Amino acid sequence: MELLQNLLGLDAGLTVWTVLKIVAIVAPMMIAVAYLTLAERKVIGWIQLRIGPNRVGPAGLLQPLADGVKLLMKEIILPSASNKSLFLIGPVLSIMPALVAWAVVPFTDHLVLANVDASLLFVMAITSMGVYGVIVAGWASNSKYAFIGAMRSAAQIVSYEIAMGCALVGVLMVSSSLNLVAIVQQQAHGIAGGSLFSWNWLPLFPMFIVYLISGVAETNRAPFDVAEGESEIVAGFHVEYSGMAFAVFFLAEYANMILIAAMTSIMFLGGWLSPFPASWGFLGASGFGWLAAKMAFVLYCFLWFRATFPRYRYDQIMRLGWKVFIPVTLVWLIVLGAWMMSPLTLWH
Amino acid sequence: MIRNFLKTFLLVELVKGLVLTGKHMFARKITIQFPEEKTPISPRFRGLHAQRRYANGEERCIACKLCEAVCPALAITIESEQREDNTRRTTRYDIDLTKCIFCGFCEEACPVDAIVETHIFEYHGEKRGDLYYTKPMLLAIGDKYEAEIAANKAADAKYR
Repeated sequence: MELLQNLLGLDAGLTVWTVLKIVAIVAPMMIAVAYLTLAERKVIGWIQLRIGPNRVGPAGLLQPLADGVKLLMKEIILPSASNKSLFLIGPVLSIMPALVAWAVVPFTDHLVLANVDASLLFVMAITSMGVYGVIVAGWASNSKYAFIGAMRSAAQIVSYEIAMGCALVGVLMVSSSLNLVAIVQQQAHGIAGGSLFSWNWLPLFPMFIVYLISGVAETNRAPFDVAEGESEIVAGFHVEYSGMAFAVFFLAEYANMILIAAMTSIMFLGGWLSPFPASWGFLGASGFGWLAAKMAFVLYCFLWFRATFPRYRYDQIMRLGWKVFIPVTLVWLIVLGAWMMSPLTLWH
Repeated sequence: MIRNFLKTFLLVELVKGLVLTGKHMFARKITIQFPEEKTPISPRFRGLHAQRRYANGEERCIACKLCEAVCPALAITIESEQREDNTRRTTRYDIDLTKCIFCGFCEEACPVDAIVETHIFEYHGEKRGDLYYTKPMLLAIGDKYEAEIAANKAADAKYR
C-alpha cells in the first residue's frame, strides 16, 4: 500500500489499494460461483445415479466457461412492453447486495476488507436489499409470470428475514458483539475449550437449523423456489431475461448462496477455527482453509436439499416461516436468556 | 398427536430422505455414455426399415400391399405392375419415416419377410425429404445389413 501511495499520491494510492482488495475478493468469488454451478449439476447428477456434465474439458471442468461463453454470445431481448430502464437495473440491483456484503465478511482474524463493529447488522441490511432486484425485475418485465414470481419471492424473503434475524439474535446474545470477527473469536472459548463442541451450533442448535433453512428460503433455492417454480410460472421473475442479464441473476443467486454459507460457517460453525485441538499441528491450526471447508459443507447441504426435497407449496412456506420458525426462535431466545442468567451458563 | 408433532418438528422424515439421497450419491452410476458405450439391442429391435432379397438376388417383395394396408400411420406407399416374367413386382415402395411410428406391423404382416426393421437407429436427415425412403434406398440398406437381419430373424424364429 505504501508503495502505491508513494507512486500515486496519498488518496489515489489508497483508492487503488482498496480497489485491488475488492478485486481480490470478487474475482475468486466469481470463479467460486462458476464452479458452484458445476458442482450443483455434478452433485445432483450423482444423487440421481447419473455422472453429470463430463464432456467439456477433463471431467467437465471447463463446463462453467462454456456456459459463460454461451450466455455472453446470446442476445439480450428487451420485451417491448417492459419498462426498459428498470428492466436493465433489476439484475444490477440483485447482484449488488450479494457482492457488497462480502466487504465485511472476515476470512481469518485479520483478513477482512472492512472490520466494522456492526458487520452483522451490515450484512443483514445489505442482503435484505436483494429482494428489490427481484421485485424490480418482475415488475419491469410486464409479464404475468414474472410478476407472480416477484410477488412470491418478495413475500417469502421478507417472511424468512424475520426468522433469520431472530435466529441471529441468539448469536448476538452469546457473543455480545455485532462484529463477525468477535463472534468467531468468542466461539473459541467455552466449556469444551475451543473444540468442535464450543461452537455456536451446539448450544444454539434450534437457531442453527432455523438459520440454515431460512437461508435456503432467502436465496430462493429448492425446496423454497416457488419464485422460480418452473412447473407453474415458467421461470418466475426472470422469465423475460436472456443472455447476460439472465446470467447476472444466476450469479446473484449463487453468490447469495455462498454468502449464506459463509455467514452460517462464521456464526454457527466456528468460522476459521479448527475442529481439532491446537496440539494437532497442521490440522489444529485455524485458518482460511477451515472456513472454506465449512462453507463447502454448507453449500453441499444446499445442493443436497435441492436434490432431495420436492418444492413446498406457497402456503406451506408461509406457514413454516410465520407459524413455526418465528415462534421457535422466540421461545428459544427466552430459554437462552434464562440459561445465560442461570448458574449453568456456558458463557462468561 | 404428540408423537406426530415430534415427528414433524424434529424433521424425522426429511432426515430420512436426506440419508436416502446421501446413499445414492455414492451408489454406482448407471449412465451409459452413448457414442462410446451402447446398450444391448434385442433381435426384435425396430429401427430403420430395409427391403430384403433372396440369395439369388431376386427381391422378396411381391407387392401384396399387406404392409401398406396394415400401416397405422399410412407411411407406406406402394405401386405395382406385372414384370416381363409375369410376376407381380413393385414399381414404387416408399416409406415416409417422418410418418412412421416404428410399430413393426409391416414386418409382422409381410408373408415373405421382405420388409423388415433393422437394429439401426443412428441415422438422420439434413433436409426436408431426406427421411422419405424410396425402394432403391430400402433395398440398399437390406443389401448392406443382410447378414445382421438374417441373424436377428434366426434368433427370433424359435419364439414365433
